[in-house]
Amino acid sequence: MKPLTQIRSRTAVLPFENIDTDRIIPARFLTTTERSGLGRFAFNDWRYSADGSDNPDFPLNKPETKGCAILVAGHNFGCGSSREHAPWALLDFGLQAVISSEIADIFRSNSLKNGLLTIVVPADAHRRLLEQPGIELSIDVREQFVAVPDGSRIGFELEPFAKHCLLNGVDQLGYLLQQNDAITAYEHQHKDQAA
Amino acid sequence: MTAKTLFEKVWDAHEVVAETNDTPATLYVDLHLIHEVTTPQAFTELRQRGLPVRRPDKVLATLDHSTPTSPADAAGNYAYVTPEAGQQVAMLEANCAEFGIELNGWGSDHRGIVHVIGPEYGATQPGMTIVCGDSHTATHGAFGALAFGIGTTEVGHVLATQCLLQRKPKTLAIHVNGKLKPGVGAKDLILHVIGKIGVGGGTGQVIEYRGSAIEALSMEQRMTVCNMSIEAGARAGLIAPDETTFAWLKGRPRAPQGAAWDAAVTHWKSLVTDDGAAYDNEVFIDATDIGATITYGTHPGMVTPIGAAIPAARDAQEEKALAYMQFSGGQRLTGEKVDVVFVGSCTNSRLSDLREAADVMRGRKVAPGVRALIVPGSVLIKREAEAEGLDEVFRAAGAEWREAGCSMCIGMNGDIAQPGQLVVSTSNRNFEGRQGKGARTVLASPLVAAVAAVTGQITDPSTFLEQAA
Repeated sequence: MKPLTQIRSRTAVLPFENIDTDRIIPARFLTTTERSGLGRFAFNDWRYSADGSDNPDFPLNKPETKGCAILVAGHNFGCGSSREHAPWALLDFGLQAVISSEIADIFRSNSLKNGLLTIVVPADAHRRLLEQPGIELSIDVREQFVAVPDGSRIGFELEPFAKHCLLNGVDQLGYLLQQNDAITAYEHQHKDQAA
Repeated sequence: MTAKTLFEKVWDAHEVVAETNDTPATLYVDLHLIHEVTTPQAFTELRQRGLPVRRPDKVLATLDHSTPTSPADAAGNYAYVTPEAGQQVAMLEANCAEFGIELNGWGSDHRGIVHVIGPEYGATQPGMTIVCGDSHTATHGAFGALAFGIGTTEVGHVLATQCLLQRKPKTLAIHVNGKLKPGVGAKDLILHVIGKIGVGGGTGQVIEYRGSAIEALSMEQRMTVCNMSIEAGARAGLIAPDETTFAWLKGRPRAPQGAAWDAAVTHWKSLVTDDGAAYDNEVFIDATDIGATITYGTHPGMVTPIGAAIPAARDAQEEKALAYMQFSGGQRLTGEKVDVVFVGSCTNSRLSDLREAADVMRGRKVAPGVRALIVPGSVLIKREAEAEGLDEVFRAAGAEWREAGCSMCIGMNGDIAQPGQLVVSTSNRNFEGRQGKGARTVLASPLVAAVAAVTGQITDPSTFLEQAA
């Protein structure tokens, strides 16, 4: 994972609530045994028409969203299944951050472990961002704010450990492995107990 | 001692390292359930780092998502939807063999939907922490276990360390008191609850379901309720274990035996929320307000009593959902023509669910033009159902009696509906395209689904049963 400190990009907007992980990547693409190359399936059934061509009505097919690394989406983004294929697909599609007024727990947890920044902003700020697709945002991970072109800043919360891992590009398994002694002690202590 | 909730008791007993401002808690995992879809990349990670599986004895594997629900051919080959699906299964078989994990695969009596076989095997027990790379892991909360759905990176964490990094969630008590009306079951109850609190109503929280209506539920029904906790966005769902739980578990292959059983039950009886313990949030629901409940939109929070006029769209989202479903506000869904009926999934594929459907289909025929799939949750359930002759009931009615698996709930294995078809499904998600691109899903109980199969339309089961009587 590469360190993530700053993201600067225009926004692409999906102004729909409850965009679930089946919308982000349909289940029929989960038979893969790899984590790479899933970007071509991101939003598959929304993005492509029946004949396989780009659906002109899908907001992320508009020419002005090309290269956007920040997605602003409606409330409760990423709800549904635990498939990590969802953040894998979005990252491979080119996204680095998703902003919403609520982001589902498992999706958020999976995203942060892969370097996809999930940001929850207050409802009024969310509404403003939804209404202005294409504005240039600058996200400061260390200081935890989104800088908007009008000069204002939207602060956001970021779990300190996830932040540490993002800023330093380290994964969490290394940290867990360092706790081997504590885990062994716990196992020893609970050896003879039921559950 | 401070009064604790059931959740806090289970959480506290599994903290290897408590959380701090800077770091999440390290939580020990008692049971790790795995399947073919969300594990290949985790095993690859282990192999790349040269790590073993720390506790293969605490991992239980099965095949369910990508597996066909048609039997093997004469040569023993399975009709996988794509070569990739077969490869995924082969990879789990190879990974389990390499890392020393028990796989309940092809040919095993305990193969089946991961959330069905854990309890059936007696591997799921009160007070445990249970994880699986599947969002419906909350099912195991029906036994008073703290059960989280996790991602593939976390599957790798648990394989390597038997631990999970977690921030302590908040608690939400959902009290359901009173007596459910006849013909109203666990599925109606949980759909009603999700309709009340919304699809994001449980985000960041662990739900404890409690109250007289919950205590009166059987274990199968409690699993149906806890299963759909994620559809309200919750991290997990729990029900305190009681005599119903103990009676159900006793004698199962992995349940404690003899003196160990008695000791376990004594411990399990302490797994209740203490008087005076506080929840972060509470919701109160009157069981007598709940009728047969179905969904009418494209998420599990858009629910309606079956005979009622569905609400008009309140915003552009709901308009889009109604357009997808080809319904309009003010319309009653009863009488709506049905194309496919699916009885199955980790929500409703247990023996009691199959009996409920069979009671309706016995001596009746699936309506012309309707395809009905009945998919048992496990090989064992299939066998038990066949011993009771349920397979004959379904076959005689013209329904398909299939092999165990996730099947049309997620549609990964080729069991899908066609674009535009209306599916009455006992599964858990009615998202756009979930059961096949363009397929329209109405979530319902096994009773409502079976009645839809024989009448060919969405039908209020109470009207149907009255006419049948």
